[in-house]
Amino acid sequence: MTTTPAPTTPVLPAPHDMRCPFSPPPAYTDAARTGSVSRAALPDGTPIWLVTGYAEVRTVLSDQRFSADARHPAFPLFTPDRRELIAENPAFIRLDDPEHARLRRMVTGDFLVKRVEAMRPEIQQIVDDALDRMTDGATGADLVSAFALPVPSLVICLLLGVPYEDREMFQALSATLLNTFAPKEEVARANDEILDYLGGLAAHKKEHPAEDILSRLAARDDLTLREIASTGVLLLIAGHETTANMIGLSTVLLLRQPEQIAKLADPAAVPGAVEELLRHTTIVHTGLPRVAVEDIELDGTLIRAGDGVFAMLSTANRDEGMFGGPDRTSPDEVDLDRDARRHLAFGFGVHQCLGQPLARAELQIALATLFRRLPGLRLAVPESELRFRSDNVIYGLKALPVTW
Amino acid sequence: MKVSLDRDRCCSSGLCVSNAPEIFDQDDHDGLVRLRRTTFQPSEYPDLRLAAELCPCGAITVTEDTAPADGPAATGS
Repeated sequence: MTTTPAPTTPVLPAPHDMRCPFSPPPAYTDAARTGSVSRAALPDGTPIWLVTGYAEVRTVLSDQRFSADARHPAFPLFTPDRRELIAENPAFIRLDDPEHARLRRMVTGDFLVKRVEAMRPEIQQIVDDALDRMTDGATGADLVSAFALPVPSLVICLLLGVPYEDREMFQALSATLLNTFAPKEEVARANDEILDYLGGLAAHKKEHPAEDILSRLAARDDLTLREIASTGVLLLIAGHETTANMIGLSTVLLLRQPEQIAKLADPAAVPGAVEELLRHTTIVHTGLPRVAVEDIELDGTLIRAGDGVFAMLSTANRDEGMFGGPDRTSPDEVDLDRDARRHLAFGFGVHQCLGQPLARAELQIALATLFRRLPGLRLAVPESELRFRSDNVIYGLKALPVTW
Repeated sequence: MKVSLDRDRCCSSGLCVSNAPEIFDQDDHDGLVRLRRTTFQPSEYPDLRLAAELCPCGAITVTEDTAPADGPAATGS
């Protein structure tokens, strides 16, 4: 139980080792090897706790003594100069219950498993159309911009009631908001612009309602336009950035192991395969921030009220005790036959991903269809030339040149 | 095996329905967890245990038949 930072204390967000771009940053995996709770620091030197073990990550994300409220003065942020901005208009991902539950429950009905199941034919059509466009007269493409990004963007636009024609604008704004190193002024401007955009759409839908989430939120009299806009931004960004990056990274992982691709041909094996890809990839490499609001002991380490904590989903999902073992493939490898259902790629606790049924359906349909329709799919550049988004809260590929 | 639900804790992750759709459902109106039935076959026990283990909000509690019946399952806080 020491609070003296070791000389090698990692600073968050730690860099990836580009020789192993599919692994979490070595600083986190090294920390995970020494214990489940260790010291780290934010870029401004503020000490925080890095929580890397499976059981401890679950505790941090589900115990109410850890708060997700970004208005807490000690809430850990990579860029403290964004504190005011984040605290000014927190979406429910950065609030605790009961405020969180109030806002979240207004949209849970749109992501019920049965609603998503009913959308499968529509998602399949979107996937097929995207592949038709991508392959029409072409022998190669950037899979990110031609497939991985358009599919979830179209789906979330339909659900929310956001015009897909506006994608260049909102994709650029969300890229700025998710960039951990973007200057404060730029982030503030992007934040204002995207809130104004969604607030404007909601105001229009109040007068001209359609069958979509923004219309339903706009029709309520217990929500401000700003609250609707905050929820809209959260759903829009979470709805396309996450799945898009999962599709891109999963494709490269599968191309490395052709024997695994064959397993996707069996429809019954696809859901389990997607769970394993979610576990292995865990795109939120930077971890989930929380602040302790009471003293709490975690695996023998005393965490004090006011301490910042990062729950590292990516190391928890490679926990040897949980996903490895003598008779199993190493958790650092992709094994589509592994029972990966206990992964934490969608987080844990009351904030666990609201859109996970949708993400699962999109990934299952997109990956199974991609490899079925393009059996000759392969990288168009050496893997070492792929460029990754290591400056981003959501890890992924900047582009993915492929041919077929 | 008995299953008790604390619907106040439910955050509609849908994991229980995804893994055991024949046992769990989400209510059409409030989106919160519901049981489709209250009796289960022993072959379903592993699914029930997994549903309780995976529920991110602790809304599902399973009570094994052999456990001493000295109190109700968790009713939330």
